[in-house]
Amino acid sequence: MSRKILLEHIDVPGINTFDTYRKMGGYRSVEKALKTMSPDDVVEEVKKSGMRGRGGAGFPTGMKWSFLAKPVGVPRYLVCNADESEPGTFKDRYLMEKIPHALIEGMITSSYALGANTSYIYIRGEYFYVLRILEKAIAEAYANGFLGKNILGSGYDLDLYVHPGAGAYICGEETALLESLEGKRGNPRVKPPFPAIAGLYACPTVVNNVETIAAIAPIVNMGGDEYAKIGIGRSTGTKLISASGHINNPGIYEIELGLPVEEFIYSDKYCGGIKNGKKLKAVVAGGSSVPILPANLILKTANNEERLMSYESLSDGGFVSGTMLGSGGFVVYDEDSCIVRNTWNFARFYHHESCGQCSPCREGTGWMEKVLHRIEYGHGKLSDIDLLVEVSKKIEGNTICPLGDAAAWPVASAIRHFREEFEWHIKEATLSQTRNFGLLAAHEALVK
Amino acid sequence: MADKIKVTIDGQSVEVEPGTTILNAARQIGGDIVPPAMCYYSKLKGSGGKCRTCLVKVAQGSEKDPRPMPKLVASCQTQVMDGMVVENTTSPEVLEARKGVVEMLLINHPLDCPVCDQAGECDLQNLSFEHGASNSRYEFERRTFDKVDIGDKIQLHMNRCILCYRCVYTADQITEGRVHGVLNRGDQSEISTYISAAIDNDFSGNVIDVCPVGALTDKTFRFKNRVWFTKPVDAHRDCDHEKCSGNVVLWYKGEDVLRVTARKDQYGEVESFICNTCRFEKKATSDWIIEGPRKIEETSVISSNHYEMAHPLPVIEKNEALIEANKKMFHKKIK
Repeated sequence: MSRKILLEHIDVPGINTFDTYRKMGGYRSVEKALKTMSPDDVVEEVKKSGMRGRGGAGFPTGMKWSFLAKPVGVPRYLVCNADESEPGTFKDRYLMEKIPHALIEGMITSSYALGANTSYIYIRGEYFYVLRILEKAIAEAYANGFLGKNILGSGYDLDLYVHPGAGAYICGEETALLESLEGKRGNPRVKPPFPAIAGLYACPTVVNNVETIAAIAPIVNMGGDEYAKIGIGRSTGTKLISASGHINNPGIYEIELGLPVEEFIYSDKYCGGIKNGKKLKAVVAGGSSVPILPANLILKTANNEERLMSYESLSDGGFVSGTMLGSGGFVVYDEDSCIVRNTWNFARFYHHESCGQCSPCREGTGWMEKVLHRIEYGHGKLSDIDLLVEVSKKIEGNTICPLGDAAAWPVASAIRHFREEFEWHIKEATLSQTRNFGLLAAHEALVK
Repeated sequence: MADKIKVTIDGQSVEVEPGTTILNAARQIGGDIVPPAMCYYSKLKGSGGKCRTCLVKVAQGSEKDPRPMPKLVASCQTQVMDGMVVENTTSPEVLEARKGVVEMLLINHPLDCPVCDQAGECDLQNLSFEHGASNSRYEFERRTFDKVDIGDKIQLHMNRCILCYRCVYTADQITEGRVHGVLNRGDQSEISTYISAAIDNDFSGNVIDVCPVGALTDKTFRFKNRVWFTKPVDAHRDCDHEKCSGNVVLWYKGEDVLRVTARKDQYGEVESFICNTCRFEKKATSDWIIEGPRKIEETSVISSNHYEMAHPLPVIEKNEALIEANKKMFHKKIK
């Protein structure tokens, strides 16, 4: 269960340069695709691989590609979403910084499959130094004939550009990203039409995450069927997990989907257990937007089955007792963490990042933040808890883009699973300012 | 021409052109089933989708694919399909969501209706009267901005703004150039001009008419009177501005024209845009050819002062003698 695909050569010195990357077998997928496969063949392989988008929503990539409209005479675009801003997620930065050519190679192969002759990497503004790394890599690819006119003599042309954002989480939403890329204010668009029909400059566009695009190269190299054998069930392949929080070994891990969560947290190969010998309290399994789960539910599902690192297993039980794999931002909380403060912190983030376009999100995120702030600082009322649930319900599902949902879920789930702690915070207003609630009695027995 | 398609909204069916949105299909039926719209404006391309007051439930996607849509949808943006079944006022889920939207719209709204020029013809006032709760659960300080003069004829009260973007689209599509837009994000978003530029062009006054609330007000009318004390009269003049229709409403108080606006339909949308000369400078009766009293929706507070009472009071409805005595006044409305 420790097969490495994306990060196979991460430790090779100089892997960030074209020559070393090529020596280690890089750009083989471009050669294979351009010389031996038709664009539709590549799409077919990706479909067969069953790979699901690595950005958070987990939509099958091959299916997304097959939705792309192909009107004659209209250009198509591939845009890579490198606006990685989800709190707790930092995998794309690592990949782009260490092995920039993995993304470039994936971009070329994917662009060929989609018939795009101009492609963009929209990178988060704060990653400006990574932009430099990517531009250097792109220059190397041009110099070696993998970008530009008539790539490898196949007659296929591709120009690749990197475009930095200006510091907005919302520009990671695909249509806001396209607006921003067009030079407009980064407001999400009302869908439909979806980008596959009218995206960048109103042309058919595919927007994919960095990790998704980087994984296209190994899929083409090994074949979709072979890739589909990795992982478990409909969660095929490997996934980069950004592990952070109170663990002994925080960092990026490439895991084969289907790894037990317990093994991931406690094995020395991965997180290495909870720091300072403390107990596990809660986990946010897929970046700040997904529901938080208490220790008992993250290790075992509600049916007492082992919880695995896969799309299906993590979402087992829906939002009542499950969560989502999301973007793989795995944040671990020990027994001394304050869930109220953590929830407030998340709410503050979403309040700050709401674009302000639609009313429920614009007003509701600020409202939730203020109520949570009040509870955290000992001025809360017991009725505040139900108020938060109510407000989160009014936001969820009623907004243009998923930011509203992402703001509502962490609050709703924290209250769902840690209501006692919220009540304690309000009842023991003075005490809660000096110490933390600790573990719930119900969880204690289940936790190592 | 493509065949018309059938859509059912709250049990009433209508046949519409393909490509029609649910909201416009509902408007073709008319009456209480029309979802309220705060940001959608049929004359402004790209408007809508933002305020979320027009959310409806699609109980059946179409004849071919009868599955319901998983979430509530913005009726101003969602196109109808053949055989679609929509629930608006008949869906508790929709009414609940709409109540939530109204509450959200009001938490940072100053509720200064008693001193707001828009009171009486304010979409937000109507909306909160119909769908809102009587109390707000919001207990924090409201977000505030300073009042700004944007140009010599228009004042901006950002506190009242609901960020519908209508004035932005108006400036883009109706006037010659846009110098204002939305700055910042989230609940700190504000309508503003770029580095204190003045909104100064022949058509700028239309942003006042499209504003659903009292955020953009006419400085020549500010604090002159309450709208329900003024008397609306349809009038026109032969305006030499090529884009101006010259069809207006004059709002009289006694002999004086206090303000001039474009004519608005029952959904608060202007029928045709007018130029600033007509709006701000022609305030004498002699400038205009009078057509007659403006018809105002009977539910509007404006009509209550000038026209017959729309509905008999409950006390009248319950009393045989009073019904008889008031028969003339309420025509057919008394059964």
